[in-house]
Formats: sequence, C-alpha cells, structure tokens
Amino acid sequence: MQDSAAIPFTLNGQKIAVAAPAERRLSNVLRDDLGLSGTKVGCDAGDCGACTVLLDGEAVCSCLMAVGQVSGRALTTIEGLPGKTPIAERLQQSFLNHGAAQCGICTPGMLVAATALLAENPNPSEKAVKDALGGVLCRCTGYRKIIAAVLDAGSRRDSASLPGAGRAVGARINRLDGQRKVDGTDIFGADGHEANALLLRAIRSPYHHARFALGNLDAYIRTHPGIHRIFTATDVPGENCFGVIGPFADQPVFAVNATRFKGETIAAVVGDPKVIEALDLRQFPVTWEELPAVLSLDAALADGAPQLHNARDGNVLVRGWVKRGEVEAALAGSDAVVEGIFETGFVEHAYIEPEAGIARRVGDRMEVQACTQAPYMDRDDVAKVLGLKPEDVRIIPTAVGGGFGSKLDLSVQPFIAVAAWHLKRPVRMVYTRPESIATTTKRHPGRMQVKIGASKDGHLTAIDFAGDFNTGAYASWGPTVANRVPVHASGPYYVPHYRAQARAIHTHAVPAGAFRGFGVPQATIAQEQLYDMLAEKLGIDKLDFRLINALRPDQPTVTGQILGAGTGIRACFEALKPHWDRAHRDAAAANATSSLMRRGVGVAGMWYGCGNTSLPNPSTIRLGLKPDGRLALHQGAVDIGQGSNTVITQLCADALGAPIDCFDLLSADTDITPDCGKTSASRQTFVTGKAATLAGEALRRQILRLANAGADAQLKFQGGRVAVEDRGIAHPIDLDTLPQDARGYVLSAEETFDPPTSPLDENGQGVPYALYGFGAHLVELAVDTELGTVELIKITTAHDVGRAVNPTLIEGQIEGGVAQGIGLALMEEFHPGKGENLHDYLIPTIGDVPPVESILIEDVSPVGPFGAKGIGEQALIPTAPAILNAIADATGVRITRVPATPDRIRAAIKEAAVR
Amino acid sequence: MFLQPASLSAAIDMLSQHQGRILAGGTDFFPALGALSETRPIIDISRVPELCAIGMEADLVRLGAGATWSEIVAAPLPTGFDALKAAAREIGSIQIQNRGTIGGNLCNASPAADSVPPLLALEARVEIASPSHRRELALGEFILGNRRTALEPGEILTAVLIPRRQAERFTSHFVKLGARRYLVISIAMIAVALERAPDGAIAKTHIAVGSCSAVAQRLPGIEKALLGARSVTDVAGAVTPGRLTSLTPIDDVRATADYRRDAAATLIRRAVQDCFVKSGEA
Repeated sequence: MQDSAAIPFTLNGQKIAVAAPAERRLSNVLRDDLGLSGTKVGCDAGDCGACTVLLDGEAVCSCLMAVGQVSGRALTTIEGLPGKTPIAERLQQSFLNHGAAQCGICTPGMLVAATALLAENPNPSEKAVKDALGGVLCRCTGYRKIIAAVLDAGSRRDSASLPGAGRAVGARINRLDGQRKVDGTDIFGADGHEANALLLRAIRSPYHHARFALGNLDAYIRTHPGIHRIFTATDVPGENCFGVIGPFADQPVFAVNATRFKGETIAAVVGDPKVIEALDLRQFPVTWEELPAVLSLDAALADGAPQLHNARDGNVLVRGWVKRGEVEAALAGSDAVVEGIFETGFVEHAYIEPEAGIARRVGDRMEVQACTQAPYMDRDDVAKVLGLKPEDVRIIPTAVGGGFGSKLDLSVQPFIAVAAWHLKRPVRMVYTRPESIATTTKRHPGRMQVKIGASKDGHLTAIDFAGDFNTGAYASWGPTVANRVPVHASGPYYVPHYRAQARAIHTHAVPAGAFRGFGVPQATIAQEQLYDMLAEKLGIDKLDFRLINALRPDQPTVTGQILGAGTGIRACFEALKPHWDRAHRDAAAANATSSLMRRGVGVAGMWYGCGNTSLPNPSTIRLGLKPDGRLALHQGAVDIGQGSNTVITQLCADALGAPIDCFDLLSADTDITPDCGKTSASRQTFVTGKAATLAGEALRRQILRLANAGADAQLKFQGGRVAVEDRGIAHPIDLDTLPQDARGYVLSAEETFDPPTSPLDENGQGVPYALYGFGAHLVELAVDTELGTVELIKITTAHDVGRAVNPTLIEGQIEGGVAQGIGLALMEEFHPGKGENLHDYLIPTIGDVPPVESILIEDVSPVGPFGAKGIGEQALIPTAPAILNAIADATGVRITRVPATPDRIRAAIKEAAVR
Repeated sequence: MFLQPASLSAAIDMLSQHQGRILAGGTDFFPALGALSETRPIIDISRVPELCAIGMEADLVRLGAGATWSEIVAAPLPTGFDALKAAAREIGSIQIQNRGTIGGNLCNASPAADSVPPLLALEARVEIASPSHRRELALGEFILGNRRTALEPGEILTAVLIPRRQAERFTSHFVKLGARRYLVISIAMIAVALERAPDGAIAKTHIAVGSCSAVAQRLPGIEKALLGARSVTDVAGAVTPGRLTSLTPIDDVRATADYRRDAAATLIRRAVQDCFVKSGEA
C-alpha cells in the first residue's frame, strides 16, 4: 500500500477509509481527522496510556502506531466501547458509582484497558486488574476507586437515585458531570477545536540562561508556505508581562533579548496545522549565546551571582515571617531539643492533560477556551496582555485534566490570544509533554533548617524555622509560598514560642509556583520528622506526643488566632490510635521473623488554612428560578476533578430545600458565571460552597415571602410551579405569572462570601484564615534493607472535614492526595533540563498505592457551609512525612532529602551500619 | 513515503532501494521522534509473516524479530525461556507488550533493554538479512554499545535463534529492580539460567545483568564459581564483589552508580538462589 491511498479499517464496528498520511500517529488521526476526541493524548511516548484503544481486541497505545498499520484491522475507541461489549456499559456505571473518574482525562484509557481485561477474564483478581491497568497513569484518584470499580463491574448496580430535598449534604451522590467523563465526551483543553483553526507552536530557549538574536523571520516565512505569521515581543498589543500576583507580575509573554529559564518562549509560529506540525523548529532563525546560569539555592545566593531581576537584590523575591514569644530563651530552657536540615526537590504536577486551548477574536472581544483553574485571573491577565478592558475578554474554561495548582498560571493563553487578535482567526495550541514539563510551574524545592524544643513531659516549647525555597526564574506563586510556610510550620500543635522565616529565591530554573499545599508539604516533612525525633529523645510514644500537643480550641495558633469550635486535630489522632496499636503489633510480629525486610509504622499530622492568606478571596454565586420550575445554578468554581460542580450543588440544594435533580448547572465561564475565585487553597467547598448556601437561602426567603410561609415550610418544585407547604397548607406559586428578568428568571439571588480574616502584623500575628482543615496519616510499610526499596502496606487517614458533603468525593481527594504524597516521598524529582518526559519523571502507577482507609471526622466549622472545610491540599500534606517516619521506624535511618529513592535509603542504611 | 512489504524479500528490497527507516511495533520509533516528523521513507515490517513466527526447529528455537512480547509470553516455550517471559511481562505495560517486538528491543540497543539479559543467558544469536547475504551473530556481538548495534545499512534483523536442547534443560529466573511497580525503566535486572546435575549440584549456569553497563553482560566469574554448588549457602558464597568488577554502572536520574553496583550484587545472589530453589522443585 502506498501513502496516497485511503486507509481502510473497521472503526467502532463501521468499515471506514481515512485519507491521511499513513505514517501519521493513529491518535492524531482519530482526534484530528475523525473527530473522536475521547481518545486522549498525554505524552506521545507510551508512558501514560491515555490514548489506549483496542486493536483487534487488544489494548494498544494509539500514539505509538502509524495509522497505516491499522489497515484492514478492527479498532475500538472509547466512543465505540458500549457497543463493543455489554461489560463496557456496566464498567462505565461502576466508575460513576465508585467515584473512579475525577478529572476524567485518564478515564477513557482506563475504561478501554479494563474492557480488554474483562473480555478475557470476567472475574479478575486485584492483581490482574493492576497488571491490566498498570500502563495507564492517573494523577487524581490514587487508583483505589478505579480498582474497586473494575472489580465491581459485574455487579450491575445502577446509579443510586438522587436524594430528595434537604438530604443532599452528606449523600454519596455520583458526580453530576460524571457521565460525560466516562463516555469520553467531556471537552478538555485540546478537544473540540474548530477545523479552520490555525496552529501555534512556541520557539523556546534551549539554555537555562541565554542572550538571543532573531534572524530573518520574513525569509523563514517565505521559505515555509503555510506559516501565516511569526509573533514576537513587538507584537504584544498590551503589556508584555503577566503573573498571578499583580504587584509581582514579571513574566514576559515573549522574552526580549534574553531568556531566564530553559523553555522560555521567544516567539510563536502560527499557520496551517499540517505545516506547523511538520516544522523542525530547530531550524528557526535565531542565534543563541549561552550565559552563566544559577540553578541551585547556593549558587543563586552566592556573592557575585548573576541577578535575575534588577529590583530583587540577592535574588531574593520575597521574605515571609511569623514570630511569637521568645524562641531563644524557650529553646535554652527546653529539656530536649532536636534540629535538622531537610531538603526537597522540584516536583512536577504531571497531570495527564498537557496545557491546551483555543482563542477566538469575536469582534473586538477575545474568547479564550482553555484548561484553567482561575478563569477571572486569566481574564484580567489576558486583557492586560492584549490592552483590552477585562470585560472584553471571555474565558471559557474547558474540563481540566488535572491542575493541582499549575493551571492557576497562564500557559497557552497569552500566545493564542495575541495570535488570534492579530490574525482574526481561531488559533489553537497544545503543549507537548516535554513542553509541559519543561515550562510550567513546579513545587518549590525547599531547604529548611529547623530546631524544636520540648519539656520532659512532652510539651512543645519552641520552634525556630528557616526555609529557603527555589522559586525559579519568575515570581508566580513564590510570595504565597514564602508567606504560607511561616504560618503553617508549627503544624496543628500548640507552640508557645515560635519564629519562622521563609525566603523565595530566584534561580534560572523553570518557575516554581502553586502545587497542592503552597510549600506546606515541604515544611511538614521537616516538622513531623523532628517531632518523631523529639518523642524518641523523650521516650514518649510518637502518637501520644502528638496528642499531648494537638492544638485545642482555646489555644492560640502561632499567629495568635484562637480557632474555637472546629479544631478537630485531636479527634484525628484519637481516631488513628487503635490502628496505630494494631499496626505496631503487626510490625513487631513481622520483624521477629525477618531481618532483611523490616516493617515500620509512621504517623504525621497536618493543618491547612482554607483560602487566601489574609487577603480577600470572595466567591459569588447566582441562582435563578426559571418559569418551568427548574433552577439555574451559576457555579463559577472550576471543577478540576475535585468535584465542585457536585458539592456546591449539594450545598445549594439543601440551603434552598430543593432536590438536586431540579438543578441545571451553568459551569464556569466569565460571561455566564460570577467570579468564584480560583480553584486553589482548598477554598471552593468552603468559600464558593458558602456563597452557594447563602444564595440558596436567599432564594428560599424570596419564595417563602411570596407564599407568606414560615421558615420551615417545604418547597415542592413541580413543572411550572413551586408548591410551598406550610403547616399542612399548600401555597402554589404559578411561575409563569411572575415577571422574568433579563436572564429569563422569575426569581433570582446572587450572594457573595468572603472569608473573615485580618491582615497579619509585622510579626505575622493576626487571623490569616477563617478556618483550617486538620488531618493525620498513618503509614505501614516494609523496607528491603539490602535494596533500600519500600513496599507500602497500608495507609490510614483521619481528616477533620467539618462536614462531609459528599464522602465518596472526599475519599477520592484523600486517596489522590495520598498518591501524590507517595510520589513526593519516594520517587518524584524534576531536574531542570533533564528527563522532560513521564518515563524519567516517575509518578506512582496503579501498583504503587496501597489500600487507603479514610476516617472522616466532622468537627463542624461555625463559618463553613453546613460546617464544611476544605480537603484538597489537606489530603496530601501528611503522607510524605508519615512515610519518612515509618522508614525511620523500620530501619533506624532518617531520610532528610526527598525523594527517598532506593539509592538514598540504601546509602543511609550502609552509613548507619559503619557508624 | 510509507511502505508495507508483504514478504521479507520485499522488505529487504525496499530497504536497500529507499534507505528508509524500519517501523515494527513503534514503541521506540514514535517516542524517539517526539515532536519531529519522520521525513525518510518508512518501511512497516509488522505485516511480514516470516518475521512474526515463533517456531521450534530440531536444535533451535526461532523467535521472529517481529514477535511481540505478548506473543512470546503466550507461546509454549522451554523452561529456559521463563526468564525471557518474565522480562516480557515487565516491558512497559500491556499496551507496549502488545505491540513491542523482540527485534525492535534488540535494535534499539538500550542498556536497560529488559530482554537482553535473559537472551544472553540463553546464548541467543541473531539472524540478519540483506539483499546480498544472510549472517548470524552472537547477541553479545550484535549489541555494541549504548544505542549501537552491528547492523549495517540495508540489513534487517530477522530472527533471534536460541539453542533448544540447553533451553529445555535450563531452569531460568528474572528479576527487575525499578523505582515503581509498572512502566518503569530498570535500575538493574538479572537473568539466571541453570542446570543441575543428577546429584543436585549446579552443572551449568549462565548469569547476565543489565542496566549496569552500556551493554548487558554475562558474569563468567560468578558462573564458574557456582559450578558444583549444592545449597543456597554455596550459591550466596559465589557472589562476591571481586567477581562483579566488569560492571560499569553510571549515575543517572534513576540511581547512583554505587547503588547499582551494590544492588546488583544483592539481586544476583537472590536471583541465583531463587533459581536454584526453583530448579530443585522441577
């Protein structure tokens, strides 16, 4: 067969012939030429499995096949799955029932791979499920619910019916946006682009630090027909600068003359997709001159180090500071003092969806449809770059295939917006995996020097914490990390004397930004290991030590805040106590018979303030009643898989007194939904959820007023009327008799909630957060002392979530957080300039996450909606230190530099043996 | 240009005519391309029947170069192939095993190629064809270095040939060490094949280790020391640092060189012990 002929094959049961170059990747042909965007592309290298399809019934990666190789064969994609085998539909339903799909980007690949397994083996073991799905990475779920869903696929359980009015909060309802995730029709950043869109690719710096001179761009365009235009800094209509924190904004859309990190963009080539795709960008006309680069904290802080930004002396971006009491005196008077230096590396978010989007100029407005966690921030920054008013930019967030903090920052948006503005045609961009890893933000590497004291009865006396964080080339969320860490570095304990300073330091590395916890996971690795060392020194059980110090409702935090009701940390540790005792018995029994495989048990606690630190962060929810009796919920909190579409509806429904199935959801879109802030800082359930309850209550008051009914009346939404039942009397309200507002609503409510906080004074004293979430993890593991490898056996978690609005979704957040904590502890580290792929950068697979048992504590917060607190970041923070504590329990060695890879553990064991 | 020869002779002709690139399972081909496009002619050999066959001949087991890992796992093969099958199950994921081929794994010549230690332990040879000749090489002579083979322009690797009788007498075992459970590039991997005499002593053993040097290698010093071993204690005593000096591991993102040397010794001892025990059960 020659390449010119159409390629015949059977696709989802239909015989087709596709006219495409035979060498094109099958995944691209499926998505671009055949419009089957349910097959996802996460890496183009067989490392993630998101593109899995069935070839004659066998699972294969469609990114690793030429479409010509499919000729004459039968191909099944997610779109054809239900028709292919009866098991597939049950599998999809089981994924919904178990909460096995969070963001949904890996879900098609998971379902396809699981279908291949179940077709061969209808009753697989857990091991068989893992073997079959080991090639599909998931960054959200922690895999446990996926395993459960596949094992349960035979049960034929239908979707549970939705709870009635007033019973939504606390119910394990399936996610409301779940169906489109399991059938592959959800639109992510790279999906659903217009056929006439032009493609944009970025020209990026090959050096950490370099000067550059552009060559003859006109000649390049002339010799490459199909290129419409090349964009550089001079083409930016507004400011060539963006950044998530206005006063610190410092990142150019296109670098001018010099670049500050490897991968920084200097130009963009835009044109016909087939032409742009085929370009060898190494031939782009530019000359580079490599300049000396500083990548490490030490190099950046050294005398005479190159300065990244003029106004930031010594490469210090910002300092954070909290002080309370007299630290030196308290340490001097302590019965026991421990200290240590702890280090962490760059950690990559590694969501399975690389950044992608499309921009359209609509008259003199700009529309950007892309994956994002922060639509209004994107709107304002895109407007700044284009020189438009914010209202003239519309951000349409797509489904987000994992965010974890990195999609708070702009990626593709400014490039495609600038190009679409000039070209007046839709312009799309899809990051490659290497581009995503090399250029988007990372978790800050931290180096923390910490000293902690206690009295002999086990009470903490003082903490002295100093941490430096490598913030990379641009500010991003560096200031937030530097401010959040000092507020949190005590952990959820009463510490009377406290001093914590943090600095964000610029280097020529990729910018470090927000990653699930804003620096708190790094600080917790230091603090919780030192608590173990302190307990050991004092001869106190490590869990008891934490119980002795667990913050009480009447004790001040390190910022002097008295939290009062809803301080649930003690309950978390108490809930772990029976597991702790059992785990130690199991470990002792195992260790009695084996000296090579050593079992260990570890625990760590955490707290995390929900929302912005001492800064306003309001959310606004609009709720409208339509003439047909249905409710329109304008819910602008971007659901990045964590479940805000579902949880916020649950909260609103119960506040109003309406059943969930009366709601029509209008999800985030800056033209449609009011500002619900960014999906970060574990704030959406709390802040937007609270705004939704306020809106629900407000609408309820309006309805009751129309019926002159009392506060405890029941509402019945039936067709075009609402029946208000009060003390046995029904007051029907005919909705079509009521006037409609501009949106077509007969009644509507819009409510805003901004958490009550106060500014921190010069010593960091004040009320940084209106509420904190609390939790603790217990890890059981075994270390192969000859190889330094770690086998995780079980992780038990206890989280005070205030009120578990949807326990299934909360468990999903916890299990996903645990998985990322496992990665942080044991395998993940990004080295700038190296390993920009998912086979050198390792995240946990389905075989790396042990069973997770989650205990939900509901210590109701007076300020949270129905008492609820955030869980997104809380879930990750204690895992890594609990693992490190368990490794120390098993082997006697402390790993102070994560990840604790086999070589580091083995080296520490050998070193301890010769001491 | 994308060519799909239906026979080996057609494939060989096309290769010499077009100086193209060979595509089989694509599991190394496409990742290596990244965002670039292949501009040379591509010759897809995945439909050449002679290349896909797995066959038993009188004194040889012939694995067609285009046999996938899943096909090798499913094939009835002598016990000496257990290590190769175990390695096959560890290559990437099911998706990779369903497409990736044994010939591709060898031609890619990664120091971390999981199939190479088991094939070295089986004393595999490779069969190579070109328009002018056919030749055979020992596997150790075919892989010359990191990503370097003895394949000349115009040549195609057609089959892997394994002595059958020895493989039928061998018990074999494979261990792989990686930093996570699935989809992982090896930090080190070990293949052991051994045969015991009627009195239970080790009569013959081949041990190969991968990811600890640019090319996977046999460990003749340890193999020799193991001859006559009758117990797991004997076996452990044969694995000494002095017999591992030929390993030249490197530091990379996966592990330090020191660690690889240290871990290899442990893994070799355990692999031989496990294989020894298994051979006693047979």
